[in-house]
Amino acid sequence: MSAAEYLPPVEPEEPRDNYLNVAYGVRSWLLTRDHKRIALLYLASVTFFFFIGGLFALLIRLELLTPAGDMVQAETYNKFFTIHGIVMVFFFLIPSIPAVLGNFLIPMMIGAKDLAFPRLNLLSWYIYMLGGLFTIWAIVHGGVDTGWTFYTPYSTLSSNSHVIPAALGIFITGFSSILTGLNFIVSIHKMRAPGLTWFRLPLFVWALYATSLIFVLGTPVIAITILMVAVERTLHVGFFDPALGGDPVLFQHLFWFYSHPAVYIMILPAMGVISEIVPTFSRKHPFGYRFIAYASVAIAVLGFLVWGHHMFVSGQSVYAGLVFSVLSFLVAIPSAIKVFNWTATMHGGSISWKAPMLYAMGFIGLFTVGGLTGLFLASLGVDVHVHDTYFVIAHFHYIMVGGAVMGYLGGIHYWWPKISGKLYPEVLARFAAIIVFIGFNLTFFPQFILGYLGMPRRYHSYPEEFQVLNVFSTAGASILGVGYLLPLVYLAWSMRYGRNSGANPWGATGLEWKTTSPPPPENFEVTPVVDEEPYSYSAPGEVRVVG
Amino acid sequence: MADAHGAAAPHALPADLQHQFESLDQQQDAASFGMWVFIVTEILFFGGLFLAYTIYRWQFGAGFARGSVEMDIVAGTANTAILIGSSLTMAMAVHSAAKGKRRALLLFLALTIALGGAFLGVKAIEYTDHIRHHLLPGPGFRHAGPDARAVEMYFTLYFTMTGLHALHMIVGIGILSTLFVMAWRGRFTAEYHNPVEISGLYWHFVDIVWIFLFPLLYLIGRHAR
Amino acid sequence: MSREPSAHAPSAGGSHVVPVKVYLGVFLTLLVMTATTTAVSFVDLGPWSTVVALAIAMFKATLVVLFFMHMKYSPRLTRLVLGGGLFWLAILLIGTFSDYVSRAWLPISTR
Repeated sequence: MSAAEYLPPVEPEEPRDNYLNVAYGVRSWLLTRDHKRIALLYLASVTFFFFIGGLFALLIRLELLTPAGDMVQAETYNKFFTIHGIVMVFFFLIPSIPAVLGNFLIPMMIGAKDLAFPRLNLLSWYIYMLGGLFTIWAIVHGGVDTGWTFYTPYSTLSSNSHVIPAALGIFITGFSSILTGLNFIVSIHKMRAPGLTWFRLPLFVWALYATSLIFVLGTPVIAITILMVAVERTLHVGFFDPALGGDPVLFQHLFWFYSHPAVYIMILPAMGVISEIVPTFSRKHPFGYRFIAYASVAIAVLGFLVWGHHMFVSGQSVYAGLVFSVLSFLVAIPSAIKVFNWTATMHGGSISWKAPMLYAMGFIGLFTVGGLTGLFLASLGVDVHVHDTYFVIAHFHYIMVGGAVMGYLGGIHYWWPKISGKLYPEVLARFAAIIVFIGFNLTFFPQFILGYLGMPRRYHSYPEEFQVLNVFSTAGASILGVGYLLPLVYLAWSMRYGRNSGANPWGATGLEWKTTSPPPPENFEVTPVVDEEPYSYSAPGEVRVVG
Repeated sequence: MADAHGAAAPHALPADLQHQFESLDQQQDAASFGMWVFIVTEILFFGGLFLAYTIYRWQFGAGFARGSVEMDIVAGTANTAILIGSSLTMAMAVHSAAKGKRRALLLFLALTIALGGAFLGVKAIEYTDHIRHHLLPGPGFRHAGPDARAVEMYFTLYFTMTGLHALHMIVGIGILSTLFVMAWRGRFTAEYHNPVEISGLYWHFVDIVWIFLFPLLYLIGRHAR
Repeated sequence: MSREPSAHAPSAGGSHVVPVKVYLGVFLTLLVMTATTTAVSFVDLGPWSTVVALAIAMFKATLVVLFFMHMKYSPRLTRLVLGGGLFWLAILLIGTFSDYVSRAWLPISTR
């Protein structure tokens, strides 16, 4: 009997008091301290911002259908890509997995009733919403045109757009991240269930722990940087203004000191999701568990040492460039270890191609492409050629969209039964995953070629010979959009009409699957005691590789 | 497995133990640990300004020295002593709370708040003085001498760094005032006074920031006078 | 690395009561060091002025951390946290500063 096709013979009943039905009404949601409800508040918010960011992506792709800048003026186009970047990076990618899946799962995965600081958790969400409000205000009142990177002196001196409200929005939301990271770190250190040692933790927890380190160490630096930009812009002082003795490159150092680790904030949680999905749908203990755990921390640490690779052509010293280049090659190693280990986990396993697994496979392939092209960019000589071209854009979208977004969607599907108590429609979900994969590649693969051939980023017009590839890219984007809308529809549908899932529809290991779906308000009836190693799957004839 | 709700620590009100924790000990341990993690974020937050200071002082050494001598060294030294004193009174407040001495706790909290207020008062006088001498960076800045731009950069950093520090002091005074009200209502006991401890950690951190700001801003180039 | 889970770890510096004498001693030392650093600033030590001033500041900060903030009586994890924070600040400062310092090493204009 294949354990992968486990479905209970009798339709499971929805449990009595679960966190969803224990209280009704708007106040019970807006004043909740339950980490699970807070996770759903975030789910609604990040979904909203995802589609706002997607709307601006659509506008970008529409303009780029034709070589001439004929849809909007250049200044307006600048606002499109700025808003797309700001909304996607700060209001979707950074919070998504940590604030939705991390909040929902971490207490359960460590056997606790909630995080260490539940009120702080709720405050985090309100802070996030306040920051979002500032940013929406800025968008509605005419937008920002500096690029999401806010480079000086344009952002401090010349730009006539709403720099400060947008920057303040990011500043405020940053505190939401800091508090979330703080909450996770304290909870994981201080609230693990009896018997749950560090190396019995799920790899998802390791990934989010590493992510939380970055939240706490990196986010304050961009906060102070934004403050300096705001002070310079309003009081006309000269932190970054050359006329007053300031150095614009100092801004870049400060900005990228956070923003490079920020990309690891965006990818590490997705890697954590993959580390959960692959063992479950291979019915196999993860290959090299400790290596995956150590690699997560290594990525977080090494990720802080490479920020100068965004500045190779900025006037930074060549010697600094050398060092940053070497370190950037090194930081690829732990990621490669993970890819290898996920693949090795599947080898000899009993594979099941459910929707989460499809997203995981998509992740592994696309993240690998993204990561390898990162090495191209880390090479000083090559970077001079492709810096600020579509090659860079393709590289980071392979990681952010092909990697992080697919990891997010995979995780949402994987844990949907636990969150909602319902099964999503499997066939439709697989179809959507495939649509996303096809749409994604059609959108972004041509951009590697475009960039290599010299098409610069952040321009609304381009030479005629680039049009064919741009048309492919826009076509892909529309397919991708459909792929993203489908889950929105069928997941909402499943909350009302889906089959009850039961506690453990996948037959997975892990504490979260030992409680009901949806879980009770305090997660467990009795605090669990952990006395076995994680991922104790057994498939027939399997050789368990422990460590 | 014992029911988590039944095993409250002795003498502590049941309300003190939050439901997600197994014991008051775990709760207080987590809170202190959390405050240290928060302090790390503050280190990195101020760190960005210290970076800008380092770069620009390296580039504009002479101008920074010239700016620094405009500072009132008596006010600066006095303020440093005031803050150190406030750290002593804060430590004594925590000590009193740990011994369950409510009146002593109230006294030391009040003293800490007063000293913090005195610090801010001196700072306000200094700021007013600088502004009157056209030393506030921006369009109104004026400094006689060859490297006015470097001096203005010094003052940009001076005002931003001490301003951010002062903001943290104001927040700290707000926190201590809240603690004062809670202590007045008898909220703290020898077993439960964790909020006082962790607020103390915050207060000491803000003191430490000043311990570095003082020499970096006030004591450059004094010997050259 | 199989540790006892965290629910039974010692509190982070909470239960230890430091004698008042220690506080007073630290306080007086801090005042003396403050007076010292101000006085020394009037002496021409050349480039060493900054080093001395920072060394005194670090000494003062260490006293505050160890005694007022109870680090001396806190578990290793707390020290690791603070140490980590300071180490990360060092990465920021050293990483950026080394760019500026090394720009001059190559005798061509990179701007």
